[in-house]
Amino acid sequence: MLFELRDVGLDRGERTVLDGLSARIPEGATAIVGPSGAGKSTLLRLLNRLADPDRGEVSYRGRPLSAYEPLALRREVALVPQLPALLEGTVGSNLRYAAGLAGEELDLDETLRRAGLDPSFAERDVAKLSVGEQQRAMLARALAQRPAVLLLDEPTSALDHAARDAIEATLARLRAESNLSLVLVSHDPEQARRLGETVVEMPA
Amino acid sequence: MSTSIQVELWQVGASLVLVALAAAISFWQRADLERDIAVATVRSIVQLTLVGYAIKLIFDVDSIWLVLLLLAVMVFFGAITARHRADKVPGSFGPLLIALALAGGTTLGLVVALGIFDPTPRYLVPVGGMVIGNAMTASAVALNRLGDEMADARARIEATLSLGATPREAAAPTVRRSLRSGMITLIDSTKTTGLIFFPGTMVGMLLAGASPTDAVRLQLILLYALLGSVSISALVATLLAYRHFFTPAAQLREPGP
Repeated sequence: MLFELRDVGLDRGERTVLDGLSARIPEGATAIVGPSGAGKSTLLRLLNRLADPDRGEVSYRGRPLSAYEPLALRREVALVPQLPALLEGTVGSNLRYAAGLAGEELDLDETLRRAGLDPSFAERDVAKLSVGEQQRAMLARALAQRPAVLLLDEPTSALDHAARDAIEATLARLRAESNLSLVLVSHDPEQARRLGETVVEMPA
Repeated sequence: MSTSIQVELWQVGASLVLVALAAAISFWQRADLERDIAVATVRSIVQLTLVGYAIKLIFDVDSIWLVLLLLAVMVFFGAITARHRADKVPGSFGPLLIALALAGGTTLGLVVALGIFDPTPRYLVPVGGMVIGNAMTASAVALNRLGDEMADARARIEATLSLGATPREAAAPTVRRSLRSGMITLIDSTKTTGLIFFPGTMVGMLLAGASPTDAVRLQLILLYALLGSVSISALVATLLAYRHFFTPAAQLREPGP
């Protein structure tokens, strides 16, 4: 089992964001669906220890997540966040930074191609990218670290239909051509069915 | 550089005419500042008189320990004052206290070790006051900026953490900008010194009858000492304070209420 959540709870101040959540996320492509406010993004942040649960336990490949060193874990379990959050500079400098942190050799052209970007994007300033291009650049940056698992937080929420279909095709291809596991959060049940081999539904 | 002039009480009293002028302008233009002007005037008389007696006492006793005690009190109250401007930084008092102590200690230590000033109350008290006061302003500005930037850049910092960056790496651009904003004011005023304004020490020395050469030289020494102290305090405060935004597991803490 890739991830297993047992009776997980998390509070933010007075508010309970997650309560008594148990779920099993196998290797492969898993989609987590649920209404907004159900704590989907929070759940994803638990999986690479950007947050720790207040109650219960999360395990990754049979070991409690708390036993993993957070920095090393995050290079192996990469999160592509929802908000565009690239560093200032070019797409290429973002990818080199990420690869450097992970100690990986970077094939810039190939990594961009896998994320569905033309190699010419390497020199593009991130401040001048469209939202869809930023989303792909963040995907490419995560891939530059050669992770084992990719966590995707609403990867198409800000996109039109054509851009959404293109990203979905990219994710499906990534899944087909490597043994990368995907955990994807979506508010769209249709998208969850299209991309997820397993679908986890979160209660409201 | 020993100069002295006598200032009589009637001269101080006469200068209150200008305070009356300020109050009159405020009254005439309904700026509603008369009360503040009165409070400021009374406070300046009381505070400076008390400080004057305290300094006279310290000069008369001529004990280095008393000087160090006074400087420690300045550092303590400086850190308390700066903390109010850095209210978005959790636990800012400790970093500020250490920053001010290091800035004051290093700067005064160096000017004494280099033989620029004698380690006597006559030099250490006024120079220490300036050094710690400027260090307080710089570290307060730097931490104020740090608090704002950490809030604005939350998403980017967390995204960088999620790449496996350390908190230090993730916060580096923010720390850099905060350090800059703490230092830039003094650097800019040092650039324009003498052109747009005459700095206080030089004015004071000229009024006290010192030669312009001496006044300029002393002013330069003080400006450079302030640059050193401002850099140290802004650096130490930001480098210690940014850690408070992260947990030991390299997670960004939830913002406080």
